[in-house]
Amino acid sequence: MSAQPLLCARGVWKFFGDFAALRDIDLEIAPEATLALLGRNGAGKTTLLRMLAALSSPSRGSITARGEPLRSENYRRRIGVISHDIWIYDELTAQENLDFFAGLYGIRKAAVRISQWLEITGLARVRHRPAREFSRGMRQRLAIARAFFHEPEILLLDEPFTALDDQAAGLLRGLIARPSGQPRRTIVLSTHQLQEALGLATEVAVLDRGRVAFRGPNTEDLRASPGDLYKKFSEPTP
Amino acid sequence: MGFLRATLAIALKDLRIERRSREVLNVAFSFALVVLLLFSFTFDPSGEETRAMSGGLLWLVFSFAGTLALNRSFARETANQCLDALVSAPVSGAAVFLGKALANALLLLALELACLPVFGIFYNVRWSVSFGWLLLVMALGTWGFTVVGTVFSALTVNVALREIMLPLLVFPITVPALMASVQLTTVLFTGEPIAAEMVWLRLLFGFDLIFTLLGLALVEYVLVG
Repeated sequence: MSAQPLLCARGVWKFFGDFAALRDIDLEIAPEATLALLGRNGAGKTTLLRMLAALSSPSRGSITARGEPLRSENYRRRIGVISHDIWIYDELTAQENLDFFAGLYGIRKAAVRISQWLEITGLARVRHRPAREFSRGMRQRLAIARAFFHEPEILLLDEPFTALDDQAAGLLRGLIARPSGQPRRTIVLSTHQLQEALGLATEVAVLDRGRVAFRGPNTEDLRASPGDLYKKFSEPTP
Repeated sequence: MGFLRATLAIALKDLRIERRSREVLNVAFSFALVVLLLFSFTFDPSGEETRAMSGGLLWLVFSFAGTLALNRSFARETANQCLDALVSAPVSGAAVFLGKALANALLLLALELACLPVFGIFYNVRWSVSFGWLLLVMALGTWGFTVVGTVFSALTVNVALREIMLPLLVFPITVPALMASVQLTTVLFTGEPIAAEMVWLRLLFGFDLIFTLLGLALVEYVLVG
């Protein structure tokens, strides 16, 4: 890898009791790369993503962002996370949710930014309604606004398209792709949807039972026969 | 974002959610009323003995109702996994802890103030005579109980039996603060001079200081592991 890595995992293990969910992971992610993290259920994708999102620490080894620990506030300010859950407060309105997170992220002129994102996500007209009154799709779009509105440099996406309706999925695809001319984000994307992942990724890593079984660039060969990835590098779940 | 601004943002968010849902105050206040009523059947309100144990009765009610409120503190963050959003946001775990403790303490204090007139009627206690001192004791006692409860609320948030675990963990540790609060409250209710009981007040200050610092130091490990 030519560029200095933005994220660097060295000898990372994660134990839950006696069970090793991650085993000796070494991984480097270059700036502006889009890494598809692939693997069967239980391979360790979500565990690794949670560590990259500073939500959990390695049991052994270390993960750094340009030498900085991931629990540093500077790193956490630079990440945007979309998880299985939407991370929004049902009792607060769309506006209040974004106001609250704008406060935590120290965003200046937050009102303007929030209005822009409510427009982008199509929630401007319902900004003063509590999130619990929203439809599933509206809640997903609010979650996308929450993840993106602080302009994160690094995106951590855990099965981002799985629960999305068409509108939210289209919105998310557009935000990930970004118009040309804008600096690209560094993206780590965990998914089961091989075609979707290989359509977006520049790099691919296959996890198998907590180990990195394959790591390399996303090539024409991989895109031509994505099913082969699991056949070659991932043992079937018993 | 500054530590204090983050603390305040989290406290205000919790209070705003409580104002909308009233899930803590309604339940805890109803529970406190029921316990006060049941105790009033057990003890003779006009008896001297009842007066002598009035502080203990009141703090039993406060602590039982308080655990109901504290249980919800971090449990509220489990809906939609909002706790993950707080932990991955660029604020220290200490700010999350202090913001939550502040909101919990204000809620409990409001609950206690609402209980006082009822207690006065049921037990024939003139609680308003030394109200300034009483408010100080309630604030200090509540803060001590809250900081310990907030740390354990975070620790037990993903435990299946957290409603049972929380009081089991909190009550033994808060015994010194509860003892001091009971003693001082009883003295105030019986009209004895509080100057002779300053050691209890110092104990309460010390407890609050030590456990606030411990909470601030430990909460990062509790939240991230």
